[in-house]
Amino acid sequence: MADKVLMKGNEAIAEAAIMAGCRHYFGYPITPQTEIAAYMAKRMPKIGGVFLQAESEVAAINMVYGVSSTGKRVMTSSSSPGISLKSEGISYMAGADLPALIVNVQRGGPGLGGIQPSQSDYFQATRGSGHGDYHLIVLAPSSVQEMADLTIKGFDLGDKYRMPVMLLADGTMGQMMEPVSFDNVETKEYDKSWAVTGTKCERKHNIINSLYLKPEELEKENFARFERYKEIEANEAMYQEYKMDDAEICVVAFGIAARVAQNAIDAAREEGIKVGMIRPITLWPFPKAPMLAATDKVHTFISVEMSMGQMIEDIKLATECRRPVELCNRVGGMIPTPDEVLDSIRAAAQKGGNK
Amino acid sequence: MKFKRLTLLAGHYGSGKTNIAVNLAFELKKQADRVAIGDLDIVNPYFRTKDSAQGLAEAGVSLICSPYANTNVDIPALPQEMYALTDDQTLHAIVDIGGDDRGALALGRYAPAILEENNYDMWLVVNRYRPLTSNVADTLEVMNEILVASKIPFTGIVNNSNLGADTTEETILSSVAYGQAVAEASGLPLIMTTVQQKFFESLKNKIPDLFPLGLQSRVFDKQ
Repeated sequence: MADKVLMKGNEAIAEAAIMAGCRHYFGYPITPQTEIAAYMAKRMPKIGGVFLQAESEVAAINMVYGVSSTGKRVMTSSSSPGISLKSEGISYMAGADLPALIVNVQRGGPGLGGIQPSQSDYFQATRGSGHGDYHLIVLAPSSVQEMADLTIKGFDLGDKYRMPVMLLADGTMGQMMEPVSFDNVETKEYDKSWAVTGTKCERKHNIINSLYLKPEELEKENFARFERYKEIEANEAMYQEYKMDDAEICVVAFGIAARVAQNAIDAAREEGIKVGMIRPITLWPFPKAPMLAATDKVHTFISVEMSMGQMIEDIKLATECRRPVELCNRVGGMIPTPDEVLDSIRAAAQKGGNK
Repeated sequence: MKFKRLTLLAGHYGSGKTNIAVNLAFELKKQADRVAIGDLDIVNPYFRTKDSAQGLAEAGVSLICSPYANTNVDIPALPQEMYALTDDQTLHAIVDIGGDDRGALALGRYAPAILEENNYDMWLVVNRYRPLTSNVADTLEVMNEILVASKIPFTGIVNNSNLGADTTEETILSSVAYGQAVAEASGLPLIMTTVQQKFFESLKNKIPDLFPLGLQSRVFDKQ
């Protein structure tokens, strides 16, 4: 492959997964992520991997559960309604401490919604999606290069902490084309002595399971899992700051919305408005520390999102409600324009943090 | 540039067919009175000819495309007006075909009439920076798959090699040999090399048959 290639976001995810050692993909087609499956269908047979189009999303996620139990790297992908269908299986994987990369290329909702881009699965991704006490690590790329990089990172994090990881993109990120480099791919190997690979009568058998007959045992598992989550919150939060040094207004945006917001921030700066951005790269764990620190100099936060203010809750929790959080959003498959974001920034500058 | 009545653009998905189709339609409009773009893409949900509807209307180019383009109706439907491409032989048209063999399937239903009239060009749009068409052998594989699906023989190659925002003069210059090699291996002429407008002046004396392309700016592109 040439040094750099031009790829759709969806293709970059698929190629990055292969480079991360994923040789098992199970999926079911849904717009706007079908290129992931199409790419896997073309590439996997050539490299001794498995591409399987399952009969449904429910089947696909349970195939992922099976392969992950054997310690192999495995992935599935879908878009919003399909992730809802997979959520039972994702909960089972969390309960059985199984790693996997689950890709959600979001589209408008709720319900069947539409095929245009959206970020309205924020709650679903960051609050678990299925039943029970659990978290997913949620990665939110903002360029095709990050689609690739975070796919690889996602496999590593999943193996490191033995848990499912979600790559949360949106339709535009999946469909857009940008240059991407795979030159610096580094992936790690983790101990998987827990996997069911055959005992050869040399060790006690491993059990992969999320059912516990005694409530005391289930409670113990939950407590242990949340100790790990604490470690992840302390060590794995990722974010990027943009023009925050002297900012008095802080835009919080991720994914495609962050790209639009950046154009608006550049325009606002030309008008002399001191505005910057904190772009969460992990949505769980949410990058709380930089937001709390920003409250010392920032009078207003603006959540720019393609959902109905879902991220505001996390910003308020992170900032301990010290500053007002405004909302600038479009939903249902619409993307905010830089002018709309600029208007929100101007309004915040005028109010100056006064309610 | 000399156009046949129908200019069909096919290729690997993401090779740049739609943008070239829009730009060629403007060029064709300089030479012919009644010009249309036929959007046969039944695969791609985003980034379609419909995005250029305003510019095309202003230029007097009619756009024949699915009434559901850019909506949430995710079905591979084509309008009956599409038959004008073959039935109305006073019309000149650029036809944007969906990517790969899956996208080219839709062309098959118009193939008998196109072949019978035999006043068409079918160009393969190639980009060596797309990973699945980065060499001659892989590109010819895609080309043959499209041929089987569309039933229409190709008549030329369009080299649209680029790296998006990272494209430099060197990116384009170093792709010329690839374009020529694809042409040679397929036995077809290299019709042109397409570049963003900003590279045209500096490269026009270095690359034969260079054609400048305008690009649509989108809200999420760095401005």
